[in-house]
Amino acid sequence: MENYLLATLSLLVDGISFGMILFLISCGLTVTLGVMRLLNIAHCGFAMIGGYLALALVNRLHINVLAALPIAVAGTVVIGLLLERTVYRWVYETTALGQILMTIGLTFLMVASINLAFGSLLYTLPVPPSLTGTWVIGGVAISVWRIFLALVSTSLAGMLWYVLDYTYFGARLRAAVDNPRMARCVGINVRKIFAQTFAAGCGLAAVGGVLGTQMLPLEPYYALKYLVLVLIVVAVGGFGSLKGSLVAALSFGIIDTFGRYLVPAAGAFVIYFALVVVLLARPQGLFARG
Amino acid sequence: MADLAIAPPRSSVIADAFLRHRLSWSDALIWLVGIAVYFVASEYLQLATQTVIMIIFALSLDLAIGYGGIESLGHAVFFGTGAYAAGSYALYVSSEPISGLVAGGLAAAVLGILSGLLILRVRGLTQVILTLAIATMLLQVATTAKSITGGDDGLTGYRIAPILGQFEFDLYGHTAYIYGLVILAVVFLFCRVLVNSPFGLTVRGIRDNPLRMRLLGVPVTARLLTLYTISAALAGVAGALSAQVTGLIGTDSLSFLLSGNVLIMLILGGIGRLSGAFLGATVFVVVSDRAAAIDPFNWLFVLGAMLILAVRFTPSGLTVVIDRLVARLSPGARRT
Repeated sequence: MENYLLATLSLLVDGISFGMILFLISCGLTVTLGVMRLLNIAHCGFAMIGGYLALALVNRLHINVLAALPIAVAGTVVIGLLLERTVYRWVYETTALGQILMTIGLTFLMVASINLAFGSLLYTLPVPPSLTGTWVIGGVAISVWRIFLALVSTSLAGMLWYVLDYTYFGARLRAAVDNPRMARCVGINVRKIFAQTFAAGCGLAAVGGVLGTQMLPLEPYYALKYLVLVLIVVAVGGFGSLKGSLVAALSFGIIDTFGRYLVPAAGAFVIYFALVVVLLARPQGLFARG
Repeated sequence: MADLAIAPPRSSVIADAFLRHRLSWSDALIWLVGIAVYFVASEYLQLATQTVIMIIFALSLDLAIGYGGIESLGHAVFFGTGAYAAGSYALYVSSEPISGLVAGGLAAAVLGILSGLLILRVRGLTQVILTLAIATMLLQVATTAKSITGGDDGLTGYRIAPILGQFEFDLYGHTAYIYGLVILAVVFLFCRVLVNSPFGLTVRGIRDNPLRMRLLGVPVTARLLTLYTISAALAGVAGALSAQVTGLIGTDSLSFLLSGNVLIMLILGGIGRLSGAFLGATVFVVVSDRAAAIDPFNWLFVLGAMLILAVRFTPSGLTVVIDRLVARLSPGARRT
C-alpha cells in the first residue's frame, strides 16, 4: 500500500513538471488567441528557437544550461518582437483561415532554418551537475531535476498570475482580452499591449523549450510535433483563459504520465480520448469567458 | 464561420450560377492538358499521377471547407483510412482495383459519419482543433496497431489485379496515370453535379448563414453531416488510389503534414470553386517536387515562403487571379 502511494507520488511529480512545461509553452498562445483571435500555429516554434539557442550556447561557450537560459530567452524575445513587427502585420490582416496558413508557412520556415543550422538529430540539453541525481524518499526515487522544474515553472506561473491580477499592465491586458474595442476606446494601446504580450509569450515558451528538453527533445520538427499538445491545452482551457490553460496543462501532464505508466499499450491514446470527451461536453473549453 | 469562407462575388450571382452549370472551354482545357501530359511528359508520369491523386483529395476538402464551411485541419485521416482500407482489401479480400476504391471510400465514409457527429457540434477554432485531435488520435492508433497497418514500417506486399481484367499496371505508370485520370474525371463530374444541385445550394446557404437556413426549415446538421461524409468518402477514394498506385502505405498518409499540405493546395488554387483544386494541387506538387529535387533538405523554405506570400498577395487563390487577368485581357468578354 505504501509503495503504491510512493509510486503515485513519483508519477505525480513527473506529471506536474511535464504539465508545467506545457503550460509555459502554451500560455502565450492562450493570450494571443484571447486578445487577437489569432491562432498562431508558429507559437511552438518559439519554444524550439529558445531550446536551440540554449543548445548553441551550451555547445559553443560550454556554459551551464541555467546560465544559457536567460540569454536564450532574451534572444527568443527579440526574434519574436522582430517577427511581430514584420510578418505578423500581414497575418493580422487576413482571414482566420489565412492566419492559420501563414503561420504554418512561418513554422515551415522555422523548421527549415533550424534544420539548416543544427541538422536533423535529436538533442537534449545536459542537466546541470548540481541538479542531477535523485532523492530517495522511502524507497522511491524522485529526480531532483523534475522537482526543480516543477518549482521553477510554478514560481513563473505565480509571477504571471501576480502580473496579470495585481499590476496596471495586467489590468490593461485583461481589459484588452475581455473587450478589445472598449479597451481601445478608453485609451489603451491594444496593439502595443499585444506586442508586449506576444514577446512575453515567446519568452515563456522559450523557458519551456529550454527546460523541457528531457520530455520534449529538440529536433527540427519540434514546432509541428508538439503543436498538437499545445493546441489541446489551449482548447481545453478555453481561449483567453490562463487559469484554464494551467488546469488543462496540469491535467494533461498528470493524465498522460499516469496513462503511459498504467496502460502502456494504449500509449498516447488515453489523452486524446480524454480530450475528445472534454471538448464534447464543454465545446468552449473548461474556463471559457463569456 | 462565414468569415472563414471566401464569399462569392456579389454582382451577377444569378448569372454566375447559370454559367456554373455549363461545361466551358476551361473544363475542356484541363482534360486536354491531362491527356497531353500522357504523351509529352511520359518520364514524369509518376509525378503526374501524384498530382491527380492530390487533385481528388483537394476536391474532397473543397467540398467540406469551400462549400460547407466545415473547417478541417485533419482531412488526412480520411485519406489514410481509405489507403489502409484499400490495402487491406487487396491483401485479404480481392485484388480487384475498382471495388478496392469503393472499399476505401466506404471505410472513410463510415469514419466521416462518426467523426462528423462529433465535430459538427462545435464551430470555429474548436472545430479546427477537434479535427486535428481526431486525426492525431487515429495516427496513434495506426502506429500502435502494427498487425493491421504495419506500424511505422508501412503496409505493403499486396498486389493489384489488372483494371477490368484487361489493363495491367506497368512499371512506367502508364496504366496508373490513365486510371487516375479517369477516376478524377468521375469524381470531378460528381462534385460538379453535387455543388450545383439543390443539396449543393443548401449547404452553401448554410455556410453563409446557418441560422437563417435553420429558420427556413433546413435540417442544418443533417445536411452538413451528409456533405462531410461525402467529402470523407472522396478523400478515402484518393487515399485508396494512392495505395493501389504506389503499393505502399505509410503512417505519413495520416499525418498533420498531409492535412496541412492539402489545405495549402486548396488555398493556393482558390477555395469554393472546383477549378481551384486542379490549379492548386498541380502548382503545389510540381513546385515541391522541383524544390525537393534541387535541395532535398531545404525545400521547406520554398514551401513556407510560398505559403506566406500566396496568402498575402493572392488571398482568394490563383484561379481568381487568372480570372481577373483573362477579364482584363478580353474586355469584350467580361462577365462581372
